[in-house]
Amino acid sequence: MTESTNKTVAPKAELATLRPLVTIVEEESGFTLTAELPGVPKENVRVQVENNVLTLEGEIRLQTPEHMESTHAEIGSAKYKRAFTLSRELDSTKIEASQRDGVLTLHIPKAEHAQPRKIEVQIG
Amino acid sequence: MYNNLFNFSDDLFSELEQLQRQLVGRNIVSNIRPVARGSFPAINLGSTPSSVEVYAFVPGVDAKSLDIQIDKNLLTLQGERNLVLPKEDNKLTVYAQERFSGKFKRVITLPDDVDVSKVTASYKEGVLHISIQRRAEAQPKRIEIQ
Repeated sequence: MTESTNKTVAPKAELATLRPLVTIVEEESGFTLTAELPGVPKENVRVQVENNVLTLEGEIRLQTPEHMESTHAEIGSAKYKRAFTLSRELDSTKIEASQRDGVLTLHIPKAEHAQPRKIEVQIG
Repeated sequence: MYNNLFNFSDDLFSELEQLQRQLVGRNIVSNIRPVARGSFPAINLGSTPSSVEVYAFVPGVDAKSLDIQIDKNLLTLQGERNLVLPKEDNKLTVYAQERFSGKFKRVITLPDDVDVSKVTASYKEGVLHISIQRRAEAQPKRIEIQ
């Protein structure tokens, strides 16, 4: 067994990227985004925010024996990529990320000043 | 309808590739156990002269809950992944739920020369890797000339 990139299982790695499936939940404190990146080790995950766009990227690395030929591939690429536009009230400097069993979880908090306040309407 | 109109893809190439695969697929012979596109889990298969390698992409699953069985040359993978989503209320909104939740089962036809007594399975980073050795007598042999 050798540790290698997924080029035999996914020959067209450079052509197309996979779109990771996500769950997005918004709460008062911020957003929780879970993204599926099976086969991507922690060190191959990139989470980046630039110009208010959050980009998730990951590259699959599988344990493949030598001289293996791909005979069937439903995962037809070794790269995952997906981007999301963040809204202004989110604090992208405080994103927390964790990964377990091929699932990446991001918590994107809302900036302090953007957290909801109940506004009393004065009637008089 | 609405979804189709407004669900713009951020990855045109993979969408095109999928479309192309769908179109080409009309002319080829289907498997008796056809698999819908996007079935869970996705499976890749590989082959070496001495083994058959199965990779099932099952992220976020407890490996102990996976049930793998091989009967003759059929490999069956079963399991369950229940995603518990928080309840929506006026303080919580679920915007996207694309991830599979529930019971799943996949059946794969293996080549005839596999040795079902020589199987190893491991789970790492959301990928279940099953390696099945081929029978020794089925492997190519180099014949030495005396």
